[in-house]
Amino acid sequence: MSAPVLSTRGLDKSFGSLVVAKNIELALPKGVRYALIGPNGAGKTTLINMITGMVRPNAGQIFLGEDDITRLEPEARVKRGLVRTYQINTLFPDLNALESVALTICERRGVAATWWRGLAGYREEADEAFEILSSLSLGSVCYRRTRELAYGQQRLLEIALALATRPKVLLLDEPAAGVPKDESAELFRAIAGLSQDITVLFIEHDMNLVFRFASRIIVMVGGRILVAGTPEEIAADPRVREVYLGEAGHG
Amino acid sequence: MADMTGTALAPQLYLQAQARWRAIEVAFWLATLLPFVLLPNYLVLASQIAITALFALSLDLILGYAGIVSLGHAAFFGLGAYTAGIISKFGWGEPLSGLLVASILAGTVGYASSFIIARFRHLALIMITLGLGLLLHEAANSAHWLTGGADGLQGVKIWRLLGRFNFDLWGYTAYAYSLIVLFLVFLVARRLIHSPFGLALRGIRENSVRMPAIGAPSRSHIRTVYTIAAVIAGVAGALLAQTTETVSLEVLSFGRSADVVVILILGGAGRLYGGLIGAIIYMVARDQFSGINPQFWYFWIGSLLVAVVIFLPNGILGGLAALAARWRSRS
Amino acid sequence: MIAPVVGVLFDGFAYGMLLFLLSVGLSVTLGMMNFVNLAHCAFAMLGGYVTVTLMEAAGWPFFATLPIAFLAAALASVVLERVLYRRLYRASELDQVLLTIGIAFISVAIAAYIYGTIQQPVRLPSYLRGSFTVMGVSIAVYRLFLVGVSLVITLLLIAALEYTRFGAQVRAAVDNQRMARGLGINVDGTFAVTFALGSGLAGLGGALAIEIIGLDPSFALTYLIYVLIVVSMGGLGSIGGSFVAATLLGISDMAGKYYVPEIGSFLIYLVMVSLLMWRPAGLFGRR
Repeated sequence: MSAPVLSTRGLDKSFGSLVVAKNIELALPKGVRYALIGPNGAGKTTLINMITGMVRPNAGQIFLGEDDITRLEPEARVKRGLVRTYQINTLFPDLNALESVALTICERRGVAATWWRGLAGYREEADEAFEILSSLSLGSVCYRRTRELAYGQQRLLEIALALATRPKVLLLDEPAAGVPKDESAELFRAIAGLSQDITVLFIEHDMNLVFRFASRIIVMVGGRILVAGTPEEIAADPRVREVYLGEAGHG
Repeated sequence: MADMTGTALAPQLYLQAQARWRAIEVAFWLATLLPFVLLPNYLVLASQIAITALFALSLDLILGYAGIVSLGHAAFFGLGAYTAGIISKFGWGEPLSGLLVASILAGTVGYASSFIIARFRHLALIMITLGLGLLLHEAANSAHWLTGGADGLQGVKIWRLLGRFNFDLWGYTAYAYSLIVLFLVFLVARRLIHSPFGLALRGIRENSVRMPAIGAPSRSHIRTVYTIAAVIAGVAGALLAQTTETVSLEVLSFGRSADVVVILILGGAGRLYGGLIGAIIYMVARDQFSGINPQFWYFWIGSLLVAVVIFLPNGILGGLAALAARWRSRS
Repeated sequence: MIAPVVGVLFDGFAYGMLLFLLSVGLSVTLGMMNFVNLAHCAFAMLGGYVTVTLMEAAGWPFFATLPIAFLAAALASVVLERVLYRRLYRASELDQVLLTIGIAFISVAIAAYIYGTIQQPVRLPSYLRGSFTVMGVSIAVYRLFLVGVSLVITLLLIAALEYTRFGAQVRAAVDNQRMARGLGINVDGTFAVTFALGSGLAGLGGALAIEIIGLDPSFALTYLIYVLIVVSMGGLGSIGGSFVAATLLGISDMAGKYYVPEIGSFLIYLVMVSLLMWRPAGLFGRR
């Protein structure tokens, strides 16, 4: 196995007496599609918050490739290719889809601080934004304000913003949250179809999707990694059945 | 997968259309020349309106576009006014260089304080801006030897503009000077709004949580826009000092900071013309009601604020835009 | 030698207690709903004018007017909360600031219309007037009374917050509004009651303040700044924090005006700005 693109060592975090992460050790090789699952409150989103720098861990380290990025600001991590999406739409309600994505591209190219030159002069950026939106079937609504987009389209725009940063590692926090079943499969097909250069870790509750799209599954319970393995291993693991699949069974 | 159909416009053409001058804008700027012909007795008022509009425009960049609430913006207006006044008092009354020095000083202080401003949001930000404004007001009040304290700055003397145009009693030069400066600064602001940076500012306003997640250095953007706004506010203050040849403590007061917020909100924050329209309405109304008790003025301003927040959340221009949109969709 | 210092300290402390009464309500409601109510001092001013009117026009004794001042401010706040404030709980703080400063402006104008811009007198009962001297320190009876009242109210507030069911609900709502709602606490109802209580306390503070800092229509704006300083320094939702911040502010303002009058209020603004830069959530804030 090649050296991991993203890894963590001994990440700890607690809010007061509530432990949300204990000794988290992750390693994501290049190009994989991993799923992070676990019951509500297991600490999945907090883990993403820590990896992306939105929350400071109490202890431990985060590596992007060889580099220790534990102390880096969130935007600096994005610049290095570590990008996330949000479980609850975290978009720019009054900007339209094209503007949102064009802004992201301008930031990536380091021209977003330019105030003396009109946006219309940035043709490549605008075209690239349109291309990304079109690839996610948002081309026809790209001049509509985000707040006026359908919910499913807003979920896609979440991903479009992340893609516009040209990520190396993509952390998707329940990308299909709230999306109807038939649409969510389509959304995951789009994720599966991403370039093999992009390493993906996604949180998802729908076990059908997890088992279909993940090559490896990490199970978190109570702030700890309970077990990690291939879908077959996870499906057969009695501990997982007990704490997670418990009453429902899988499928 | 890609669908090009259903899109009327290529992205670049769309962006060009966004930034294009509209007929109503040209009409607006032509109308600003009318006072010279139609209202020659009101040119002094007109120059005050232009200065207030410039001040409101500078607040619009930080409050309307970047969503940074400031209750102490008069600090930079006052800095500009005192700088222009003081250098003329000490013998250099040339207006254009005075304007330049004042804007540089206001910008320097703005840049220094932007490091504080960019760290805060919400109530703490409101309190910090309020506190810095009050602090400067008190400092100017105490520094009697330099500012004249509560008596105001005495002995401001401004030379002829370009060595030719005297600042006359009727306000011809004052209005022409203020209007030209306003227009030039407006052009810069307009360009800024339609630039990538303008887009980034709107991003900060719309969702400051998302900005770092798309790789945007929000704090550095905030520092830049805060400095630019401070420069413009300084220019406005200097214009007031030069055209009236007086500077009083009022230029730094909390009242002036609050007024400019009211003006911008009234006109419509986050719209280029919001501050300009707000300034015209506010200043004309205040001139018309100048005979009444100032307490009643407060009553109307207060009622207006309540009404705007409850009924017209995007100001007059926002309300007009909504009306126009409804009318268009009906026809 | 030491006596003047102690005298300034005492006067400053009494002044601080007044600021505490004026600001504690705002601190708790801000901590709970994050609602920036800049009209808070308008309620205090209302309490002051109620006391003055009842004494002057109806001949009521000073003490009898105090509960009415409390009730009038509480009632006015309930009406405003129902009609205007609750529309804006989820709005931006700018909208909240604009609405409430608008209400403060209106209150200033109405007060000026009814009472004029002059300072209102208050005739204290004879046993609250005058002063006595202890070990060379001159103590005004009224200030001592003020300190007593404020300390009793502080203790009552802390006891109510710590030991009653309602207090537990308030603490839960300040701590984490979402979780409190999840636990089935009626946060909106709790807030409405807290808001009324806090405004009532401000009304009482306004009535008690006339003798010390006077009463004219500008009260609603002048003391707003002091109240905001107390709240932001103390930390939102913290009664103890407000108490300490109000005491510090009262003493430093009094000492500043006594020893270095030429720099005016410069000192307290400087203290506030530096403190906020050091701890943006205030001395006792958790956020």
